[in-house]
Amino acid sequence: MAASANGQVYRVIGTRPIRHDGVDKVTGRAKYGADYNFPGMLYGKVLRSPYAHANIKSIKVDKAAALPGVKAIITSDDLPALSDKMEQTGEQAVNLSQLSANILARGKVLYDGHAIAVVAATSPHVAEEALRLIEVDYEVLPPVMSVEDAMKPGAAILLPGLRNKEEGPDKQTNVATHIQFKRGDLDEGFKAADHVVEREFKTAMVHQGYIEPHNAVGIYNADGHATIYCSTQGSFAVRSLTASVLGMPEGNIKVVPAEIGGGFGGKLTIYLEPLAVLLSKTTGHPVKLTMTRAEVLRASGPTSGSTVRCKLGCTKDGKLVAAQVWMAYEAGAFPGSPVGAGAMTIVAPYNIPNLLIDAYDVVVNRPKTAAYRAPGASNAAMASETVIDELADKCGLDPCDFRIMNGAKEGTAQTAGPPYRRIGFIETVEAIKNSPHYKSKLEGPNRGRGVASGFWFNVGLQSSAIVNLHTDGTASLVIGSVDIGGTRAAQAMIAAEVLGLDANDVRPLVTDTDSIGHTDVTGGSRTCFATGWAVYEAAQDAVRQLKERAARLWEKKPEEVAFSNGQFTAQGDGVKPMTVKDLAGRLARTGGPISGRATVNARGVGPAFASTLVDVEVDPDTGKVTILRATVAQDAGKAIHPSYVEGQMQGGTAQGIGWALNEEYFYDDRGILRNTGLLDYRMPTCLDLPLIETSIVEVPTPGHPLGIRGVGEVSIVPPPAAVANAIAHAVGVRMTELPMSPPRLLKAMLSKRGGSEAQAAAAGR
Amino acid sequence: MATIVIPAQLRKLTGGLDRVKASGRTIGRLIDDLERQFPGIGDQLLQDGDVKPSIAVSVDGEMGTGGVLEPVGEDSEVFFLPALGGG
Repeated sequence: MAASANGQVYRVIGTRPIRHDGVDKVTGRAKYGADYNFPGMLYGKVLRSPYAHANIKSIKVDKAAALPGVKAIITSDDLPALSDKMEQTGEQAVNLSQLSANILARGKVLYDGHAIAVVAATSPHVAEEALRLIEVDYEVLPPVMSVEDAMKPGAAILLPGLRNKEEGPDKQTNVATHIQFKRGDLDEGFKAADHVVEREFKTAMVHQGYIEPHNAVGIYNADGHATIYCSTQGSFAVRSLTASVLGMPEGNIKVVPAEIGGGFGGKLTIYLEPLAVLLSKTTGHPVKLTMTRAEVLRASGPTSGSTVRCKLGCTKDGKLVAAQVWMAYEAGAFPGSPVGAGAMTIVAPYNIPNLLIDAYDVVVNRPKTAAYRAPGASNAAMASETVIDELADKCGLDPCDFRIMNGAKEGTAQTAGPPYRRIGFIETVEAIKNSPHYKSKLEGPNRGRGVASGFWFNVGLQSSAIVNLHTDGTASLVIGSVDIGGTRAAQAMIAAEVLGLDANDVRPLVTDTDSIGHTDVTGGSRTCFATGWAVYEAAQDAVRQLKERAARLWEKKPEEVAFSNGQFTAQGDGVKPMTVKDLAGRLARTGGPISGRATVNARGVGPAFASTLVDVEVDPDTGKVTILRATVAQDAGKAIHPSYVEGQMQGGTAQGIGWALNEEYFYDDRGILRNTGLLDYRMPTCLDLPLIETSIVEVPTPGHPLGIRGVGEVSIVPPPAAVANAIAHAVGVRMTELPMSPPRLLKAMLSKRGGSEAQAAAAGR
Repeated sequence: MATIVIPAQLRKLTGGLDRVKASGRTIGRLIDDLERQFPGIGDQLLQDGDVKPSIAVSVDGEMGTGGVLEPVGEDSEVFFLPALGGG
């Protein structure tokens, strides 16, 4: 039995059963998207732009089409023209015209790797050969690679039709949106400050780094229906987006989600799926497309690089009084960076009475960005949490105490205005402060310790669930949420808890879009919260039906039957308590099969906070940073399967450390990506990291039947700033640019030591 | 009447006011009343008869799911925010 913070005692929830999909995954039987093969299947390959910015004057496919084995070639001329405005497609607000133009370029290529044409052939090799025979005539344009360059007067314009409200309808621009948040009196706030720290930060564009590349198999039937097998975080999103791009009725598409080898936000949108369907429609054969690693890095959706200027002021006793932020995020080729989220998260953990935040979404000649774990929040926290650390130092305060003193709690106004409900930010800082790690001594030269915190909203959205009871008293659980990070196990545990079964008595099944009610993406840290809620209600529905069956057997009214601790009981003589298993064998004689069902449009989502503690050692000769020890504390509301909550906390921390120290998209002067493989795009491996220690905080989300908060994202927010703060305490250098790679850190250390400019320049890029 | 907190960039339509009062039992009716008081604001909030996909609505601290049909209480506090997605 496990007790929760809200006093509820659980039998299954809070335990650590072996995951239901474990055997298939460790034996290689689990089927991923690229594992799907069908008779007569063709193979697709995509022709991609060798230029970062160019007009397409013509595309000639005659020679490629004549190559034996080539069955079809498609360009954007074969896709329908779509509306150039934001539309609600499924759960996503999408500009369909831009989505389509990202899938196949229309008249213009906007980044190195932008898709231009796609070939279906009898083998991947023939398809690749055909790509070499497609002739594209380009008019090369100057690439615009940074937000600073894109915002300069006279900058080359990426999207001729792009306008923003402030510059007006006649002004071409690369600035898609300006968002502003304002509260209190900024001037008065800074006047009241005894300490003010202002710095400018830059963060590099980074990729989610999921190991499994994008893939899709499309099968178009003569009756106008299509089936897609693919790796995605949201089968219903793939269905609605593909239907929109192809102009097909949504109900004519079935999406079968394969097992997924990582997504982290990068598999919420579509790239290959409509191409697979359209090629299948054209050829009459199933068509499979898979990206190479280079294609993933060049042409899927990394997250934004950014420039953030952050100015914070506090009184001498450490009370934050004012914040001013200017931030611009790279959207990539089309609008839609997470700068709005960056603006709303940057000082979200704190109660600051006076603030002004200006945020700009800027198009540049890089891939259209996609979501990445708490999108926009890590960039922002790198700035604010570094400045917070400096302010704590200036006040002579412990960094945890500074955060606790200024920490947001229930009733504190969020950046955008609405007050927080019950949240657990301060509890995460207290967990760090009380951790064995924080209480340990860190000794030795060039070693330092850093703390940082982070916030993420989490989302609710729609989910569906079905619980089918079997005659042996076990159950199957049908959900539409793709399993990332232990979804099946956690959902089965919730059903088992309600039904009084063991976790292994419930078999979870992730199904296709025809077989379950609408279910939004596995993303936004919503799955355990919202799908978990649907599963809870579906299991309760099954219990309600079981009560009716028990009542029939006992000749009672259903409301006279009670259910607790896995047993049905009723008052009166001759009533022998029964379990679900007892009743399950008698379903046929008491009314037939039982399926519990539920759908939710989940409200009352509980936001997430995390705090991270890092010890580092810096090599004074090379600038290489070694992570000696790391601890993360995170509010999970209620941890259903603690191992998978810890896994999310550790995974986000590992990604955040990679973002901090090594990862970056490295483009040359022509805007060509130079690190298109994982040897050069340097993600941390297990050899680079210590075991990341975890502390699960449980402050239940009010209103949720189990108190769950999403846990999938927020742990990636604090690490870059925590590492930067640790480096500052190790070697006295405040780093303001990510990644804090050896050459960049060495350059900063040499500058501090008074080394010659030539030495510093030689060390840094 | 409900209190509506006006986003910074729409305050030019409300003469600089950051908080205004409006009546209506749903977000749609509330926006109708706002439009009567501050012409042009409806276009900033609505698209094809519903709340713009790029905008989220918070009513009494809770994110709404009903768009223009989202219920509003007599003393509710309403915020219009940028819509967000997660990863």
